[in-house]
Amino acid sequence: MSYLPFAVAVYLFLIGLWGIVISRNLIHLVVCLSVVQSSTYIVLLAVGYRAGGTAPIFLDVPVGRRAVDPIVQALTLTDVVVGVTVSALLLALAVQVHKRSGTLDPELLTSSRD
Amino acid sequence: MDPLIPLTVAVPLLAAALLAAFSPFVTRRVIELSSIAVAAAVTAMCLLLLSGASEAPLVYWFGGHMPRDGLALGIAFVVDPLGAALAAFAGVLVTATLVYSWRYFDAVGVLFHSLLLIFLAGIIGLAISGDLFNIFVFLELLSVAAFALTGYKIEETGPLQGALNFGVTNTVGAFFVLWGIALLYGRTGALNLAQMGETLAGGPVDSLVVTAIALLATGFFIKAAIVPFHFWLADTYATAPLPVCILLGGVVSELGLFAFARVYWTVFDGALASSHEELRILLLAAGALTAVVGAVMSFAQRHLQRMLAFSVIAHAGLLLVGLGLMSPAGLAGAAVYLLAGGLVKASLFMCLGILQHRLGGVDELRLHGRARHMIFTGTLFLVGGLVLAGIPPAGTYAGKALLEEEANLLGLSWVTPLFVLVSCLTGGAVLRAAGKVFMGWGPPPGHSGGEEDAQVGQETTVERDRTPAVMFVPALVLLTAAIIIPFVPGLLGGSEAAAVAFADRPAYAGSVLLGTRHPITEARAHEWTVPTELIAGAASVIGAVALAAFTLRRAPLPQKALGKARTGAERVVGGLTKLHSRHIGDYTAWLTMGAALLGGALAAALL
Amino acid sequence: MTSRGRRGLFLTGAAGLALLLLWGTAGLPDFGDYQHLYGLTLNAESVAATRATNAVAAVTFDYRGFDTLGEEFILFAAVLGTALLLRAQREEEEEPPEDMAPDRRPPHDSDAVRELCLGLVAPIFLFGVYIVVHGHLSPGGGFQGGVVLATAPLLMYIGGEYRGLRTVTPEAPLELVKGAGTGGYVLIGLSGLWFGTSFLDNALPRGNAGDVISSGTILALNLAVGMAVAGGLVLLLTEFLEQTLVLRSRSRK
Repeated sequence: MSYLPFAVAVYLFLIGLWGIVISRNLIHLVVCLSVVQSSTYIVLLAVGYRAGGTAPIFLDVPVGRRAVDPIVQALTLTDVVVGVTVSALLLALAVQVHKRSGTLDPELLTSSRD
Repeated sequence: MDPLIPLTVAVPLLAAALLAAFSPFVTRRVIELSSIAVAAAVTAMCLLLLSGASEAPLVYWFGGHMPRDGLALGIAFVVDPLGAALAAFAGVLVTATLVYSWRYFDAVGVLFHSLLLIFLAGIIGLAISGDLFNIFVFLELLSVAAFALTGYKIEETGPLQGALNFGVTNTVGAFFVLWGIALLYGRTGALNLAQMGETLAGGPVDSLVVTAIALLATGFFIKAAIVPFHFWLADTYATAPLPVCILLGGVVSELGLFAFARVYWTVFDGALASSHEELRILLLAAGALTAVVGAVMSFAQRHLQRMLAFSVIAHAGLLLVGLGLMSPAGLAGAAVYLLAGGLVKASLFMCLGILQHRLGGVDELRLHGRARHMIFTGTLFLVGGLVLAGIPPAGTYAGKALLEEEANLLGLSWVTPLFVLVSCLTGGAVLRAAGKVFMGWGPPPGHSGGEEDAQVGQETTVERDRTPAVMFVPALVLLTAAIIIPFVPGLLGGSEAAAVAFADRPAYAGSVLLGTRHPITEARAHEWTVPTELIAGAASVIGAVALAAFTLRRAPLPQKALGKARTGAERVVGGLTKLHSRHIGDYTAWLTMGAALLGGALAAALL
Repeated sequence: MTSRGRRGLFLTGAAGLALLLLWGTAGLPDFGDYQHLYGLTLNAESVAATRATNAVAAVTFDYRGFDTLGEEFILFAAVLGTALLLRAQREEEEEPPEDMAPDRRPPHDSDAVRELCLGLVAPIFLFGVYIVVHGHLSPGGGFQGGVVLATAPLLMYIGGEYRGLRTVTPEAPLELVKGAGTGGYVLIGLSGLWFGTSFLDNALPRGNAGDVISSGTILALNLAVGMAVAGGLVLLLTEFLEQTLVLRSRSRK
């Protein structure tokens, strides 16, 4: 059981890549990229988990209480922001692609360029 | 000296925020002038850091969180001469680009200037950061700015698709890097490069270490466009606005390799010290493959921007060969070559921008003979081609000579012929284009249809009479710099000394974690004007000229004589071209395959 | 490449990559067996050192505050980039909407949706402010609170009050809020250089752990980030909303 979080992360990483490979719609593709990214959240948080630990917030629990690693949580926060911004830019590009070429399908986009 | 270190990043960022906030209240001229002034000031600051760091690396802890008993709590900047030099080089290029694009981005006002300053801060942070996650943050910062800038031409599908492919592949690359960081953090509990290296050096080389280096290498190689992770680059650089290409082609692709070298020599070198031989074979193979693919594809292009894009890939390959020598001398040669090659590529992209400005296009066949009257730009372009081919004693030649000498010392005699071949093809492509566009040599176009035209966007037929000085002067300055590099006093020896420090993991760890001072001792670079190197340099140039002349001949040679060789070459190029399908799904499939192959090869090499 | 060739290439590579990742993660310590000094040390001392009871906030805005500076500018760059990519083109006014099917109409306004959304605007705004200013004490902070703040105007859009949305979120002040928040982060960092030992040094008085006014620059940086994120996200969202709104207003004619 202790290996499950890492296996889930590996699964998400690959299934997201698979989605990018077979995608016929750029919006779907950007969402698949977010799936790839969610695997990084899981692996980061998993390496910082401490069995039986609480959240590293010592407002109503005393300092010294067993808590999980706070650093990976800060890293994940940064990762989330990176994901949001990249998605915004890629979606903006997709909006423009659709305006210019009338399609969001990478397949048609590749073949229509003649 | 100390406060200067954070200011190199803080000043351009603050300036970007202020420019964006105050843009409605000031004129465009003020925005342009102030952004140029900021970029120039930041460049000067980086040069000051370079002179300070060339005595001993400078360490700066943000927030005053000094390490305790080898445990780093905060983030450090570690300024070594190579990192500072890269930062200063980026500053020069950004300044030159801002001058060059004085009137280019009229439509978007302050956005371009702000993004460019953010981009500069990203490069500087990446170059001197001593923290792996911090490197990731700065890599993403400059990538996000670059994604937006490459998609600037929203009225055409080509650039938009190029920017999308750029964004998707490079973001996947960032996630590979992040996975590598997570694995290393799970093992070492550190993000500081020096601390990670110390912990790994005392531990085993097992599945985790191999996977971590494979994932980090994949991520950085995607950014550096190493085969088979390179596909996105040709699409993006061939369609992005030319002022943006100056930066992309001049310095950005190389950042991936710099990051890889930095991480390897600070984190992994201790643990993998006994596997240098195996790693060398692997990196050299990847570098050689990349160089050849890039050079062949470059020569096969008629769209000049796409041609230079593949040239960038070929140069990344040569740089990886330099890193793959796994020695300080190899690093020093690569650094000199990065500098000189970056300058000449930037200058050539500037020339294309002038062609675009004057004649409304950059297609070799369409422009056939139409630039005969542009003598100055033509001369610049021609000399640029010769420098790209590595004409002695230009900086590109010096960099290659240093690498070839080191390779020969290591018994790798095939490196010199590889360099000559790649130089012939990339230089020859530029010379051929110069002959066609500026001289009107070669068979005039006519029969050849516009099959490739639409790939590269609309070309207008606007013609302008004058080349603005702001476009010509930066191109001239950068090209001159590329030529005189070897004669800058102390540059070659200094780069050798800097490379020795760069590759000295224990010294790096000592100065970061214990605060000990490790003075950088003087070193002598290899001789770069020995007869064998001069012959190799001459062979590159003669080969490039001959190749260009061969393709420019008016009368077609008898088919029989060359029939077989020719169809063979055409088949290779055709096959390669087919692989560059512009389909993001293809590219992702390739990069997955590449990651698996790299992982497998590293596992075989290291265990 | 054919679709089949592409899938084949990917699946072969993915099999190898899956093996590599599984093999690599097998080298990690068991899940939950966390022994690293970095996290243990910060959990033990960060409250006393920074007076922030939220150790994650202490990491984000103090120990690793420099990462967060980069992160804030990534968001800033994305907002600039989106504005660059979605800028209005001259010929766009004349283009008829392409993807609007003739039988597709905007949904009828629903009073229930409208009242609910508008009623929620003020509480959500207040909640966002709360999340921002308590970031150093409890879960939350500038990023999270900034996102909550940005949803308040978005609710007005969902409630069908686009005009009202533009009235309460005019562009120029938003730019100013975003710029002040983003530039403010750098300025607070510089204050550390001025008053303290180094860039981003926590040189302000830190107060008592658990108080709202405490933890020195962590609170100040949270406020700066909250402004930057809220302003930036609203600008980002309106860029996208304007793309769809052009179509919608035409179809009503």
